[in-house]
Amino acid sequence: MTSFEFRREFFADERQGQLNEIGKPTIRQDILGHVTGRSPYYDDHLFDGLLHMRCVRSPHHHARIVSVDFSEAARMEGVRRVVGPDDVPKNLNTLLSLIGFGKEDEPLLTPSKVAYRGEPILAIVAESERQARAAVQAVRVEWEELPHVLDVEEALKPNAPVVNATYPGNTFEYYDKYDHQKLRFGDVEQGFAKADQIVEGSYRMSPIEQAPMETCGAIAVPETNDRIACYTSTQALFFSLATTAKLLDMSSARLHFVGGTVGGGFGGKVDSIVEPMSVLGALLTGAPVKFMWDREEEMQVGAPRGAELWKIKDGIDSRGRIVARSFTGYFDSGAYTRLSSYAVVKATGHLPGPYSIPNVASNVFCVFTNRTPATAMRGFGITGVDFAIECQMDRGARATNMNPIDFRILNAYRDGDMKAHRRLAKNTALIECCQVVADKARWIIGSQSRTQSSLRGGGGEKAHVPATVIDEEGRIGDRRRSDVPTAPHSAGGRKRRLPEGSLRGEDVVAAPPQNPDMLGDAPASDPAASPENGRTLARPRFGPPAEVQVDRPRPRRPQARERPAIPAAPARPSTRRPLRRRTSVSRHVSGFRRR
Amino acid sequence: MALHRGRGFACVNYPIGMNLGGDPSQALVHSTPDGKFMVTLSSIDLGQGMKSVTRQIAAETLGVPVSDVYVDTADSDTGPHCMGSFASRGTHRVGNAVIRAATEARTQMLQAAAEELEVDAADLETDGEGGIRVRGAPQRTISVADVAVAAQFKQGRTLSGRGIFLVPPSEVDPETGEMSPVTCFAHAAMAVEVEVDDETGMVRVIEINSAYEVGRALNPKLVEQQLVGGAWMGLSHALYETTEPYYPDRDHLPVDFNTYLMPGPGDVAPHNIAVLERPAEDAPFGGKGPGEMCANPVLPAVANAVFDAVGVRCDDLPITPEKILRGLRANGS
Repeated sequence: MTSFEFRREFFADERQGQLNEIGKPTIRQDILGHVTGRSPYYDDHLFDGLLHMRCVRSPHHHARIVSVDFSEAARMEGVRRVVGPDDVPKNLNTLLSLIGFGKEDEPLLTPSKVAYRGEPILAIVAESERQARAAVQAVRVEWEELPHVLDVEEALKPNAPVVNATYPGNTFEYYDKYDHQKLRFGDVEQGFAKADQIVEGSYRMSPIEQAPMETCGAIAVPETNDRIACYTSTQALFFSLATTAKLLDMSSARLHFVGGTVGGGFGGKVDSIVEPMSVLGALLTGAPVKFMWDREEEMQVGAPRGAELWKIKDGIDSRGRIVARSFTGYFDSGAYTRLSSYAVVKATGHLPGPYSIPNVASNVFCVFTNRTPATAMRGFGITGVDFAIECQMDRGARATNMNPIDFRILNAYRDGDMKAHRRLAKNTALIECCQVVADKARWIIGSQSRTQSSLRGGGGEKAHVPATVIDEEGRIGDRRRSDVPTAPHSAGGRKRRLPEGSLRGEDVVAAPPQNPDMLGDAPASDPAASPENGRTLARPRFGPPAEVQVDRPRPRRPQARERPAIPAAPARPSTRRPLRRRTSVSRHVSGFRRR
Repeated sequence: MALHRGRGFACVNYPIGMNLGGDPSQALVHSTPDGKFMVTLSSIDLGQGMKSVTRQIAAETLGVPVSDVYVDTADSDTGPHCMGSFASRGTHRVGNAVIRAATEARTQMLQAAAEELEVDAADLETDGEGGIRVRGAPQRTISVADVAVAAQFKQGRTLSGRGIFLVPPSEVDPETGEMSPVTCFAHAAMAVEVEVDDETGMVRVIEINSAYEVGRALNPKLVEQQLVGGAWMGLSHALYETTEPYYPDRDHLPVDFNTYLMPGPGDVAPHNIAVLERPAEDAPFGGKGPGEMCANPVLPAVANAVFDAVGVRCDDLPITPEKILRGLRANGS
């Protein structure tokens, strides 16, 4: 059985009461449709003459395409169009180009070299799904297999096969400088030297499928007004729309995207592949086209939560305090970047977990290997490292003969502590969660632990940014020349010491409302209208937190990165040549699985 | 052979919204001629309750009953931009955009009501039941419906509002990793009790006790659903799921739910949940998104419980019976 309770005795003075609708278990406006099976999904949109698109996929981890012969497939019954790489107007993209991060590295349909098993090189549009499948089987591809690499550590060796030509070092490149993301806070080597004991662990998470009940898909429908409507399972409507407009080099004004009820997302419906594919099919045939993954594609071609490898080293003093912690992390991005480069930065900002540790360092790598590209999943960038950190905490507790809850409460972060990413902790509640669980599970903890609070004991000395050792290890390209160790400060080379208190920026707060009338007028009777104890208002009764006022100078705006707007190039008639037919002899019949 | 009991603990914090910000969301609110309100978004409801929570936020802010508000979303022709439903950002980012849009609409509504009642708009308050009254003079009232009719057909005024919420993008220092990742964090702790069969390597989860700090539970049923479902997913990640069982080798790859395993109804463990609320200062009514962090503590808590039960450290997920049996053998048992 499951039980559910509120523990309102904690932080009671930070909450305001007297709300009408917030806090009520209001039933969903769409629940009746869900429980009666009537809610419409993208695949419930029915169109006369709907065509079906299927892909020809690589059976190899890494191979050059020598020739493609689809002459037989093109003549088969029901086949309306063969779609090749030349049909994609701008056939190279990286998802985060929409926020100006990373280089274009992935084609929609791959023209010359595949880098993972299942990579699409050609698509067939036919009148039925069965006809499309049969035609895919009839495409003959000659492959030249290439050496491949599947292990993240091997991929960083000097002579590892190059997975992705855009990143010849097999890693994403950070700030045009390093092949990894650094975190440096304090002096971990000094911390380890002072520690009473060192605890080390290595943790790994294998790839995980988002496993939505509804597989990824989209239906694109030409409308009479020169626009294309696209019914999609996307988790991010405008992200998919903008990616489609970019790849197909068309005005976003010609695209009308309709999402809606989604049969489970969990991060697997952000990658925006099915939308440009179906829209491309509709543009080329003038008919409605559906592109939908089957379950096998969803599991093995659709990007999973990527594998991660984390190595952690802790130095612990005689009282059980962690005095230094270092991480070496690897995100297995698969053959292309997708979103893993972002996860690396997010994970770095999360280190060293919810603990106050005076010396922290990490090197985290986004590594390319010859496997299905990885992407987001629930907890992206965090789930794998939380597993590593919390298993490591268990090791630390046992090494110091401490109760694992006492060990965590002793090291927990509190309000006012300086975090390793150089911002102060606020609004923390880890200690209270630990206390409540100890109570619920009847897990006996020390009397010290029972009286601790997130509100007390933080700040002071722990609010300082320590003097920090920095280095220039792992510049882009170094690892192609020699085998460079991956752990922080392990590669030798010049080190520098940043003085105590070094800060380059300040905390970022939300942009204020653009108009005064978005600020509202809290009624005088509203308890939220008067701050208590000088504490910031916890409840933005009407509008933003009280501290943000329109007439106040705007918070520091970091320099805007180059952020291309949604592509809006004028539409132009297609001048694409049909895919050249090759006639050379095929040695392999294409198919996604190796037979 | 024997069954061994063990317990494991884990605690986590979780960042709310896209790392480094730069992920805006917008909302539009307008009233129908008779004073019902439409909230227009492009945000996707994945089943997590996006439409429900934004509807409650709009009703609370407008000061009208939730039954008088409807949320229309996921159409790029009508809904303004939203970055997307991920990164636990829906409640925080979209909720704040809805507060701003609904506040602007409310301002218009109170001004229209003030004109009808011939009072100062600052003296008006909503009763949350579809009425507007003069503060301190409860007999002087007007319904929201009458205000909307007057505004549109008599005063020539729209009761509508626009809202956007953005945490401006922040930079990362390449040398130190200095950054402003997010503006608030949720928290969780968990104890898991397991039973491990040393003959088969099977793990049965006996009980989960957890505490989640979610800022404010804007809809307790939606929060409960996330926490129960998220813990199930965490259990599944810990003990069952992977697309590559022999990673990094790409062999024995599952292609359907016969070979990609997940816990069934009989494997669901009793779960006792406590919710704590420490409102975040920039979150809508203090609410942080519980959607992602709820799965995270389960993975390490199960691994730690398995070690406590049989002395095998499974540092490599998922914790399959094969790995446990190999670990027992390596330990000499």
